[in-house]
Amino acid sequence: MTVVEAHHVSRRYGAQLAVDDVTVTFQSGQCTAIVGHNGAGKSTLIKMLLGLGRPTAGRITIFGEDPTAGNRRWRSQVGFLPENVSFPPSLSGRETLDFYARLKGQSTAANGDLLDRVGLSAAAANRRVSTYSKGMRQRLGLAQALLGSPRLLVLDEPTSGLDPSSRQSFYAILRDLVADGAAVLLSSHALEEIEGQADRIAVMSHGRLMAFGSLDELRGLSQLPVRIQLRVANGHAAALAHSLGVPATVQGHDIALSCMATAKMDVLRRVASCEEVVDFHVQPPSLDSLYAWFMEVGR
Amino acid sequence: MTAVLTVAAGEIRSALRNRWVLSATLVLAALALSLALLGSAPTGTVGVAPLDVTVISLTSLTIFLVPLIALLLSHDAIVGESERGTLLLLLSYPLSRWQVITGKFIGHTAVVVIAVTLGYGSAGLMIGWLFGGVDSESITAFAALIGSSIVLGAAFLALGYLVSVCAPQRATAIGVAIAIWLVLVLAYDAALLGILVADTSRSIPAELVQALLVLNPADAFRLFNLAGLGRVGTLSGMAAVSQQAHAGDGLLISMLILWTALPLLVAAVVFRRREV
Repeated sequence: MTVVEAHHVSRRYGAQLAVDDVTVTFQSGQCTAIVGHNGAGKSTLIKMLLGLGRPTAGRITIFGEDPTAGNRRWRSQVGFLPENVSFPPSLSGRETLDFYARLKGQSTAANGDLLDRVGLSAAAANRRVSTYSKGMRQRLGLAQALLGSPRLLVLDEPTSGLDPSSRQSFYAILRDLVADGAAVLLSSHALEEIEGQADRIAVMSHGRLMAFGSLDELRGLSQLPVRIQLRVANGHAAALAHSLGVPATVQGHDIALSCMATAKMDVLRRVASCEEVVDFHVQPPSLDSLYAWFMEVGR
Repeated sequence: MTAVLTVAAGEIRSALRNRWVLSATLVLAALALSLALLGSAPTGTVGVAPLDVTVISLTSLTIFLVPLIALLLSHDAIVGESERGTLLLLLSYPLSRWQVITGKFIGHTAVVVIAVTLGYGSAGLMIGWLFGGVDSESITAFAALIGSSIVLGAAFLALGYLVSVCAPQRATAIGVAIAIWLVLVLAYDAALLGILVADTSRSIPAELVQALLVLNPADAFRLFNLAGLGRVGTLSGMAAVSQQAHAGDGLLISMLILWTALPLLVAAVVFRRREV
């Protein structure tokens, strides 16, 4: 089901076009990542999707409503974690979460469990937010976004300031939500961690949507070569590399090949039939290289 | 309504926690007590009720201090949250922007109520206990002082929100807030006095001067407390001014309420259009 839809949305600040004619939909039961450099328009787009900024052109619907119209009932179904989240400094973590729960019309009874779920201990929850580290603020931010089991979760740079193990538990929480049918939308420029987490990826550059689809779809679009690493029994590497008929570099026992995705199976069959090959390793283009490719195309 | 009260309760809790309430109450109580003790000492034998004298000195204190406290509380309310990044999150919740402003106004007004009531109330009790001579008229004048101080505070809170929704940065907001305080509390009277002194041919009609006095919230408050209430009016020498001005208590209080409602309304309208 489509939860949020942007239809030819643009946003202009003076002479600068922060978001340029973006059309994109976000579905329930999917995790969509918006990737892009700083200033690519990710945060501006997110703000407009949530009705916190008006597009200068185009149309947005969220749960079937215009987000800037008067009806705000859909807001109680949305969890939002802004970029660099901050809270009133003099309240404790627990008080902060209780405050937001009341604003959302939720009971505060489950807040202890929620703090536990995001990894804030009871001792930490009773301390003032002004004493929190960036990672703890981020966890509290995630806790408030999870209030009331939202059907849409929007997270702007959610893992900045989190250590690797917190990131793992953070993505585990997201996977649970997606499995329960929520739509998750997150923006990031940490591409290596998005890979494997996001069902769909939207690549933005200079306000424009360069590509939108699953990782495999983006690979198909880009036509970047697949890399294959071979390890060959001694002495045969150079001859074998020549016989395969694709660009290859030889380094001792190792051969590095690159071929188009469409030619991949053909090359692999030939490689597998060579008795000299002792091991091989296939590497599809990473999100990093795809991103670089789309940036290059956009220029 | 729940959203408004939640925002209000959050503001009160924050103000209690970061010692805003405590410091405002202590400053008001300390100054009120010292004024009361200094001001009442010489009147003990001339048959003037000590509480009445206190009302007169506290009126002047209020005009300087309560607007300042109110503006310091409110100038940051929107622009500060916007700069700290808490506003974006708040507005993503199911509440409208007028509910944010209304909630903050109720919360901050509660802070003013606590500070003024405790601060001045303690001074009043101290005078009554030390000097006696408290009758119902004195108590009425004193209660009117506390009540009108709160309304004066509310008016400057509203002006502060208007500054806060219009200002692009906190630094601008504090500058404009202090300018408003200087103009309404200090410069307005000085300018009016200067014009009157310079006007040797008496070409300015008295009605205009009176209207100008009533139009300023600080002067409306002064007239209400010094001239409006029987004995206090006679004692302060303001009764004549008030009678000439034909400004009844109702008009003066309405003026203060207008100074609250109008800026609050404009602030809500401007806030609706503000980018976060």
